[in-house]
Amino acid sequence: MSAKSDITLTINGRAHAIHVEPRRTLADAIREDCGQTGTHIGCEHGICGACTVIVDGEPVRSCLMFAVQAAGKKIRTVEGLANGDTLHPMQQAFMDHHGLQCGFCTPGFLMLAVGVLECEPDISDDGLLDVLSSNLCRCTGYQNIIKAVRAAAKAMRKK
Amino acid sequence: MSTPTKGTGTKWVGRAIRRLEDPALVSGQGRFTADLLAAHWVRFVRSSVPAGKIVKINAPEGAMVITAADLKGVKPITPMLHKFNYKPVGQPLLADGVVRFVGEPMAVVAAASAAQAEDLAEQVDATIEDVAPVIDARAALASSAPLVHAQAPGNVIVEGNIKTPGFDAAWAGAHKIVKLEVRSRRQNATPMEARAGHASYDGATGRVILTCATQMPHLTRTAIADVLGFPEADLRVIAPDVGGGFGQKMSLAPEYVVLVWLARKLKSSVAWTEDRRENLIAGYHSRDQYVTLEGAFDKNAKLIALEADVVANIGAYSCFPTTCGVEPLMAMAEMPGPYDVQHYECRARGVITNTCPMAPYRGVSRPVITFTLERLMDKAAAVLGIDPVEIRRRNLIEKFPYTSAAGLVFDDASYKQTLEMAVKAIDVPAFRARQKKARTQGRYLGIGFATFSERTGYGSPAFAARGAEIVPGWETVILSVDPSGFVEARIGSSPHGQGLRTTLAQIIADEIGVTPDVIKVVHGDTDRGPYGWGTFASRSLVISGGATLIAAQKVRAKLIKIASHMLEAAPEDIVLADGAAKVAGTDRSVTIASMARMAYTQTYRFKGEIEPGLTEQGTYDPPGTFSNACHVAIVEVDAETGRATIEKFLVAEDAGRIINPMIAEGQVHGGIAQGIGNALLEEIIYDSDGGILTANLADYMPPTAHEIPPIELLHRETPSVNSITKAKGLGEGGTIGAPAAIINAINDALTPFDVQIDEIPATPQRIRAALRTKEKAARKTA
Repeated sequence: MSAKSDITLTINGRAHAIHVEPRRTLADAIREDCGQTGTHIGCEHGICGACTVIVDGEPVRSCLMFAVQAAGKKIRTVEGLANGDTLHPMQQAFMDHHGLQCGFCTPGFLMLAVGVLECEPDISDDGLLDVLSSNLCRCTGYQNIIKAVRAAAKAMRKK
Repeated sequence: MSTPTKGTGTKWVGRAIRRLEDPALVSGQGRFTADLLAAHWVRFVRSSVPAGKIVKINAPEGAMVITAADLKGVKPITPMLHKFNYKPVGQPLLADGVVRFVGEPMAVVAAASAAQAEDLAEQVDATIEDVAPVIDARAALASSAPLVHAQAPGNVIVEGNIKTPGFDAAWAGAHKIVKLEVRSRRQNATPMEARAGHASYDGATGRVILTCATQMPHLTRTAIADVLGFPEADLRVIAPDVGGGFGQKMSLAPEYVVLVWLARKLKSSVAWTEDRRENLIAGYHSRDQYVTLEGAFDKNAKLIALEADVVANIGAYSCFPTTCGVEPLMAMAEMPGPYDVQHYECRARGVITNTCPMAPYRGVSRPVITFTLERLMDKAAAVLGIDPVEIRRRNLIEKFPYTSAAGLVFDDASYKQTLEMAVKAIDVPAFRARQKKARTQGRYLGIGFATFSERTGYGSPAFAARGAEIVPGWETVILSVDPSGFVEARIGSSPHGQGLRTTLAQIIADEIGVTPDVIKVVHGDTDRGPYGWGTFASRSLVISGGATLIAAQKVRAKLIKIASHMLEAAPEDIVLADGAAKVAGTDRSVTIASMARMAYTQTYRFKGEIEPGLTEQGTYDPPGTFSNACHVAIVEVDAETGRATIEKFLVAEDAGRIINPMIAEGQVHGGIAQGIGNALLEEIIYDSDGGILTANLADYMPPTAHEIPPIELLHRETPSVNSITKAKGLGEGGTIGAPAAIINAINDALTPFDVQIDEIPATPQRIRAALRTKEKAARKTA
């Protein structure tokens, strides 16, 4: 253990002043110190991707980043996807295409897909499959997640 | 796809409406156990050796460390089965002088944060005197094997035997005997949310609220109150959103009992979130079996007798509530599958070893026995010189009800019809032509079939037949319309991803004439719902759905009575639709909200003819019903690397009446994905010393999107007479059939090499090892 630092995490546009050890992961800080529990922790090894959030425009595994590394960066989590009462096209597509069952991996998949499509709106179907293979889902068998993300990609391009 | 809209008047059952669960889950508003904060966080100190005597546990100074010595008056968890020579063995919450598997909790450390608890747990120093472990089930059966529990001589904890009269004569008269030995390696259900518990003491009432990731909240309450010795009324168990279970969260976690004990001791809140390593080494395993199967066939390729020997490695303790009998006994009961075979002999043993305990996992034994039986059918087809499809045609049952050699009664199903649907859709001749051409290019394609039954929705008689001390089966639903007209169904079942809130709402909507979106289905809280068993064994839609229908029919009858009274019309003229009761052929109507208000606040108007209130209860305990399906896999095997890639997966399935096709297909997709993992990728590996080599998700590999091919689904609906909603369960079929179809396809692909792959998972290493043996033999001959 070592001394705690005062840092500010900016999550979905809101600043959270927190006091954390250097070893505190971003995932733990988001959930416990900032109270944003929509981001889930599935493995803490960087494998399952349940904890994926967007940091400065890129999807990252928040279990593999320290909170102190994210200080001053722009963090987006699942709680910030919707615009008021209007769901993000990705959230809507997951509902329309039954891209979730238990919902535990869902925030990670949503942030992964949104993060990638914002960077690469015209990503190919094969490219998308590669990207989606970086997260694990145990319920859906992925078919409907792929369908949902493709549908959302179309909707996001129209916007 | 349709959305819940008001006033359509059409039936809701059978429509692919969006799930009522989803808006919260896609918005980060789901509530999972690990989201709760606590005053104390705990970390379990786990054994690093598979077998040994605990000499000493030294705690770091000032740390709160609890060991078995502190748990005075606490009973071990001792599940019970009254048949099959079952030997009850107790599992202490924390190892009591002896450790029996790597990962077994020996002590628990409580601290102000999870990080501190982890730091302190690392400083707990346990001195353990190693003793020789036994890891493999066959090794445990050897007379020289060390005993894991003194109460179970020979390490056999349960043994089922069956032999039908006339078996020997039938066997002697066989035209051909085909023999097969298969190995199913150990797997972990791996829900994406590992287990988690949070126990909170309420000083005002002396009660504890345990929030935990369980599939069985009521039985968790019963079990914990029993083990700790206090009234159930003092414990409330909440299963909030639960991130998948697949059976793993059905069995009682000793860790949850420790949390409740700690909350009572500290008069405070305590939380534990299992990490992935803990889940993989100690969160229950499954499917570790050896099966030997022999089939006796007549000249027409008709199966006349079947002989099986099942050895299931059940780990170091027996799981609660099902007991570890669940795997071997399920294998014994269902080995003959969907085939008409009159003579059957089976010995099925559960064997104790120094490994993580076994618990039910999606399909429970049936993925293994279906794989075994379907391999036997393919092997027999080859021996008898007929087509794999043809041998199935000749043996599938087609007259119902059919009583199996093991005594199970099969209700109406479509085994042959789904086989023919699948055969037609996959176009076997076209595939064979493609396969032939590919072989000339050094590419090895194969096709594999699996036809199987999926026993679902079985009530208490089925569990009682197993001799279980705890006999689950029925479900209760309490359906209320409150004075504001709000419809709430409180259920004892405990869904965790299956979309039951939506499907039950669809059933209620049709009965009482409202839209599903105004119906709230409440579950997973022992203070709110009636006693019930939970969600497992593909039972909730059938049993809880049946109870829902019964309750809804009663509410409907009462609404009609009230409407008839208020509208002064004959009950038979009342129609419930669009949130109101109408008099057919008139414009007279009254809303459900008005009727509900009257049922509570204006009851004097009923003049004693109608009971006050608008709450009805339904309980359902059905005999069970069989879903069925035919799975077809087309694979390509790379002979150089041993990698099997699934090109196509087709399913023709029949689960009776489908309540929500979107949700039904999702269950099939998800089941198949787990079946693919089981067939090709997933394996918990112990080394010979009992250490576990697969403790993270890079070593234990659930499939990713890359490994799951497009899945084509064909549907057929044979309504069940054993289910009042006509629905059958379908949660496990995908997982049951997929390994068989895939391994059959791999073997078909490898026909030119004359090798047999009879082991799951069929990893590239195993396929290469088989091919290498042949290559060596070929070189020797050359």
